[in-house]
Amino acid sequence: MIRINCPFCGERDHSEFTYGGDGSIVYPELDAPAEEWVEAIFQRENIRGVQTETWHHVSGCRQWLVIERDTMTHEIHSIKAAHEGVAKVLEAGT
Amino acid sequence: MKTHRQGVFAVADVLPRRLLGHNTGNPLEMTRFSAWSVFRNGLSGQSGWTRQWRDPEPKKQYDIVIVGGGLHGLATAYYLAKNHGLKNIAILEKGWLGGGNAGRNTTIVRSNYFMPGNRQFYEHSLELWENLSHELNYNVMFSQRSHIALLHSPGAIDGAARRYNTMRLTGTPDAEIWDLEKLKQNVPHLNYGPDSRFPILGAAVQKRAGTARHDAVAWGYARAADALGVDIIQNCEVTSTSRSGNSITSLTTSRGEISAKKVGFAVAGNTSRLWQMAGFNTLPIESHKLQAFVSEPLKPLLDQVVVFGVGGAHFYISQSDKGGMVFGGDLDWYKSYAQRGNLPIVQDVAECAVSILPCLGRVRLLRHWSGVMDMSMDGSPFICKTPLDNLYLNAGWNYGGFKASPASGWYFADLIANDRPHETIANFNLDRFAQGVSLDERGAGPDPKLHG
Repeated sequence: MIRINCPFCGERDHSEFTYGGDGSIVYPELDAPAEEWVEAIFQRENIRGVQTETWHHVSGCRQWLVIERDTMTHEIHSIKAAHEGVAKVLEAGT
Repeated sequence: MKTHRQGVFAVADVLPRRLLGHNTGNPLEMTRFSAWSVFRNGLSGQSGWTRQWRDPEPKKQYDIVIVGGGLHGLATAYYLAKNHGLKNIAILEKGWLGGGNAGRNTTIVRSNYFMPGNRQFYEHSLELWENLSHELNYNVMFSQRSHIALLHSPGAIDGAARRYNTMRLTGTPDAEIWDLEKLKQNVPHLNYGPDSRFPILGAAVQKRAGTARHDAVAWGYARAADALGVDIIQNCEVTSTSRSGNSITSLTTSRGEISAKKVGFAVAGNTSRLWQMAGFNTLPIESHKLQAFVSEPLKPLLDQVVVFGVGGAHFYISQSDKGGMVFGGDLDWYKSYAQRGNLPIVQDVAECAVSILPCLGRVRLLRHWSGVMDMSMDGSPFICKTPLDNLYLNAGWNYGGFKASPASGWYFADLIANDRPHETIANFNLDRFAQGVSLDERGAGPDPKLHG
């Protein structure tokens, strides 16, 4: 079991969350060339090691999180709210 | 006292001897298995069996190097030698034969696919399975015991009828839809009760489908490939590649530098790592882990393969010839290269098991394990050329790698030998997403974890 320290709820089992996917992907502008969209939608670096990924605390606060996690050891290196404004408020408050 | 075993398990007997380094440069003269040889060795204390394949030192140069000594790599090397008469072939395996996904699957073989390309490919694979023990002179214990996919709603029955009618019209005559009465006659101990969690209304059945003995498939292909001169090099991990112009010239391995005229990758969950060693960046693949389970051995309980998938539940089960209930369910739901599973999925799969077979409630779990799946963006594989002139890719097998092994090797060998894709695998390429012709059997969209 991976334990995820949700910035809103505290440390919880990962079974409360759903895995979103690769959090490093930046979608291109709507009118960007098709190649850029193909790259963003279908192509993955598939890192073995520390990757940035999204998780949804679906059975908790329902907030989306951005997590740096090692895909080999499952060790978590950082956790923050996915919404930048919320993440800033949380940082300022601590 | 020495344990006596049947001939098909003789490989296990010679494994320790392989460590003695008894190497010759020449392929072994293959001892043919027959009823007579099993009988004769039974009388002589099983002392007459010889080693099944060599343990050669890697040569400096090969015409064709296949990276990955799993079922797909072994089958590829075998068909390169057998179908195309090619020589000077090596398989490089970072661990030992059968130690990766070859030994981590649930051994189900079927061809109930729907999409053009997948239909022909998996049916061809099933036909190869049907003759594999004879082809390899090795008992792969292929058991055509029927694959029974349970159906839980009228809509699911209609959908299955459409799929299985397509199968009947395209060369798979053994596809049937069973009503509840027929299903109850054949599998009486499923949960048909009015309070069942997943009420059963019928089943889609493929009668030629079944199971095989996974280790025997690896050993059988290895033995047959070795007899045709293929060098199988274990404990040989590729760590980097050298390129000249638009070709790979050599591979740096844990056992030295090996140059090759043609290189094929067949490394399942580690494809992206090797792809990056070859100088590329991204692939339409993510590595996820999938668990499988085996119970303590039981007396005969389940004659067929039974599967179901409805809502959030997904489950498949059969009984091995040793009596263990072999079963599995969903992925672990997050990307991972770790070959170990998590406990929430153990709970999910156990819940699925007792929901459909309540009689398993008191059965103890013997072992469970996890393999790293090369989950592709549409759930379909890649057997294709690459941007490099002499590099060929075999990957993206999702849940389907075991059943695909013979045809995967057959078509990958054909691709490498002829430097062009066979028409059956014309869409098994990396360009299909850009072209808008993805082979999404489940209609799940570009999210690899949903293609289980």
